[in-house]
Amino acid sequence: MTGTSIPLSEAVNGSMLRISGIEVQGVLRRRLLDLGFVVGNVVEVLRRSPLGDPTAFRISNTTIALRREESSLIYGECIGGGDS
Amino acid sequence: MSHYTVAFAGNPNTGKSTLFNLLTGMRQHTGNWAGKTVITAEGEFSHNGHKYQAVDLPGTYSLYSNSADEEAARDYIIFEQPDVTLVVLDATSLERNLNLALQVLEITGRAVVCINLIDEARRLGIEINLKAISKRLGVPVVAISARNKIGISALLDQVERVATGAFTAKPLHITYNDEIEKGIAQLLPMVEQTIGSKYPARWIALRLLDGDDSLLTSLKGNIGRKTMSGTKEVISHGVTAYD
Repeated sequence: MTGTSIPLSEAVNGSMLRISGIEVQGVLRRRLLDLGFVVGNVVEVLRRSPLGDPTAFRISNTTIALRREESSLIYGECIGGGDS
Repeated sequence: MSHYTVAFAGNPNTGKSTLFNLLTGMRQHTGNWAGKTVITAEGEFSHNGHKYQAVDLPGTYSLYSNSADEEAARDYIIFEQPDVTLVVLDATSLERNLNLALQVLEITGRAVVCINLIDEARRLGIEINLKAISKRLGVPVVAISARNKIGISALLDQVERVATGAFTAKPLHITYNDEIEKGIAQLLPMVEQTIGSKYPARWIALRLLDGDDSLLTSLKGNIGRKTMSGTKEVISHGVTAYD
């Protein structure tokens, strides 16, 4: 279950991931880092919008919704939760 | 009577404006949504016979020019150089909040870190080691609850120590990896030569390495302004010549 990194956009609802990489670039990268999307931090996949996008994530005690454009460029190792 | 300026910096939803209103007695409406407090509110308060001009900066997670709010907060701290920058943190979410505190401390050591919502944190079972944080950051750290008026006078005592110069900070100096430090070392003489000793040269060198165009634009505008009027003291007593 550990060792393989998947994009946050592929993670199932309820799962917890330890962030292993962030490939978003530019100003948005800085913003995501400021919000707590840093390597080593744990993010929880809360739920998806009715149409599947955006997805709500819980990080550093705050809920943040990301679109697939961004969440597909943030990678994490699954460390628990979810149905998988 | 001495007159000092205090800038209030902090993440959104940290109770920064609650503290500001408590101290200045202002009752302006402040919201939590993005862009609500882009215009900085100003007010006055006094403590132990010292008068303070308080400036409420927009709530930001960072000073790295992601938005107009962040540029406004950053430019105020760098160019207006308040006597004290009060960084208001949310005790229940310290990890993210400290990000901003570190960024402020890279710019100025004339800062007081104020951990708000301390009663809320205690209720959640969060214990905060103020001494350890203060030691690491190198500036005074005070825990308060603006909503329930806890710790306010202790906070103002620390603000006074920094404002009057009774306390000399040794703010945390972050050492980056070799590549970045080399870049800073190369840029630093040029930055110092261009902008003089008035601004935090190391921090500006860092931002230049990061390709921060908006800072460059602000710098250009402000350097011209400063050389035109070398009398900042006069300005600081009136309405801030900002905007």
